[in-house]
Amino acid sequence: MSAALRVWIKGIGLWAPGAANWDAFCAIVGGREAPGTDIRPVADVLPPNERRRAPESVLLAAAAAGEAVRMSGRDAATLPCVFASAHGDQTITDYMCATLAGTPTELSPTKFHNSVHNAPVGYWTIATHCHASSSAISGGETSFGAGLLEAATLAVADDHDVLLASYDIAGAGPLGEMTATTGPFAVALVLSPHADVGAVRLDITPSPGNSGNSPTGNAWLDGVAASNPSAQAIPLAHALALARSTALRVAAARELDIHVDVEVAS
Amino acid sequence: MPHPMPPLSIRAYTATSALGRGLDAHADALLASRGGLEPNDFSSAPLDCWIGRVAGLEEEPLPPELAEWECRNNRLAWLALRQDGFIDAVRDARERYGASRVAVLLGTSTSSIGATEEGYRRLDHGRMPADLHRRVLHTPHSLAGFVATAFDLEGPCLTVATACSSSAKVFGNAERMIRLGLIDAAVVGGTDTLCDSVLFGFNSLELVSGEPCRPFDANRGGISIGEAAGFALLERVTEDTTGPLLIGYGEASDAHHMSTPHPEGLGAEIALRDALARAGIDAGDVDYINLHGTASQKNDEVEAALVARSFPATTRASSTKGFTGHTLGAAGILEAAITLLAMRDGRIPGNLGATTPDPLCGPQMAWTAEQREVRIALSNSFGFGGNNACLAFAQVGEPA
Repeated sequence: MSAALRVWIKGIGLWAPGAANWDAFCAIVGGREAPGTDIRPVADVLPPNERRRAPESVLLAAAAAGEAVRMSGRDAATLPCVFASAHGDQTITDYMCATLAGTPTELSPTKFHNSVHNAPVGYWTIATHCHASSSAISGGETSFGAGLLEAATLAVADDHDVLLASYDIAGAGPLGEMTATTGPFAVALVLSPHADVGAVRLDITPSPGNSGNSPTGNAWLDGVAASNPSAQAIPLAHALALARSTALRVAAARELDIHVDVEVAS
Repeated sequence: MPHPMPPLSIRAYTATSALGRGLDAHADALLASRGGLEPNDFSSAPLDCWIGRVAGLEEEPLPPELAEWECRNNRLAWLALRQDGFIDAVRDARERYGASRVAVLLGTSTSSIGATEEGYRRLDHGRMPADLHRRVLHTPHSLAGFVATAFDLEGPCLTVATACSSSAKVFGNAERMIRLGLIDAAVVGGTDTLCDSVLFGFNSLELVSGEPCRPFDANRGGISIGEAAGFALLERVTEDTTGPLLIGYGEASDAHHMSTPHPEGLGAEIALRDALARAGIDAGDVDYINLHGTASQKNDEVEAALVARSFPATTRASSTKGFTGHTLGAAGILEAAITLLAMRDGRIPGNLGATTPDPLCGPQMAWTAEQREVRIALSNSFGFGGNNACLAFAQVGEPA
């Protein structure tokens, strides 16, 4: 068995239906606020003209990533980034497939270049002048766990802080029925391999088998978790919002979980 | 700059493209300077361009036990896996290390989207037709999910989808996981197949050539799209290692534009420097570079200048996209395999398709095939979104 990947959380960002940022999420989890109405993700890292025309996946990923990086105090320009998404921008994929089925030569060039899975991380690196490595990955329904494993691996292997963003937008059209993604969700973490006494520590170990999802008992949280592959982050986000040390398992692949020890600084 | 890395052994590798099935078909075509591009007969509506199509895929269904995964992309992956003894090499690794210690890390840009497109062409009352009601297909993760299922592997399983750098970057994912002891072996590589999304998509960007592509030609007119699959099995080096080595990789971002490269090739140059640093070598140690060389105006301009200013004339360089077309998310692994063949056979592939060299090109360009020992070689892969990767390979014992 390999030793655990040990990383410290320097920043967190989150957008869920009814929770427009991490503070709002913490207030809901702590019972201080009820889930609000949906607010368009605020991706203020993007220049205003890009923000106006950005696809939803780009806005969602950049909003969560921007919040996490701001909290971390790190310079986004030097942070390697891993952007995880099960399905990419389903609205654009639906548009592409519908257009190709009818009038293929009228396909929009802008929609085409925005359809690539790495469009959100591409726009992110352009907006933040980031020349570090950037990746766009999918692990299907287990994309969040696969992304967390990959980002922690990159942080420890290269001894460098890493930005992880995991996002999925709601499904659209005939494709939406196949992906069964019923609502948008994004979470972002800045992970550091360097000890920080004030920060939450994660010890991450691959562990054979899939244990299945364990509900939090909070109906809103469990509803969000069931709506979106990236929302498999909900049990971890729940523990972080309550600042509670715990151990949990997150699915990272078929027949592979990651065991995550969450150690909150006392 | 990254630290030098311990090399990895490439225990097995294979590729299938318009040049044929498996390594020897590629070596033969490269030796004969015989390209695989043909007039487009694939797209669902006419499109005047040339393509690199894999012959006979239509007669190669998946075995019944894998029928849920049936689509052109997984078919091509399965066809490629059956060449060069690759399946046996993976099964052997699974036997030696256990299913949870072998990762599947694959690159693709469009995965099974051809099946999703087909569903939209024949919707049943606005819904996906019953025969395509297969959730595993309608996601970018279809390819990696299929390969993990086909080999019954239970280690980390990841799709990298960074457009045309995808199946180069997976070598880096594997190296990190093996170095940290998370796994003992990794199946890396990727597959991309022809589909309307890329044919009409690149056409909408006016990047597709009306003639077979001519990388680094002064009068080049754009890319020719191809399809390919390739795979490599990576493990730690042991005393018994005889095959080629992965000695370095570099990854970097342009931070410039979604669909055109940085004008000075900044991201490409950082990726190159990182690959050399991880390999612990200098540019002068490199015998051959397989270039990204898509035949788009901008890519070739930027890459030609990068090579001309970074390497001595003894380093030989060529693009092989004139043979195969641009195989997009599979280009990284296809051209890694071609680079490893150059090393195996001591033969530099010629830069097929160019007749009038772009004056930006330096003396490094191998316009025609050359006989030459290749001890250390690089392969460049650059993608949309300014996503750059560079791989470094060596024969056993190199760098000395």
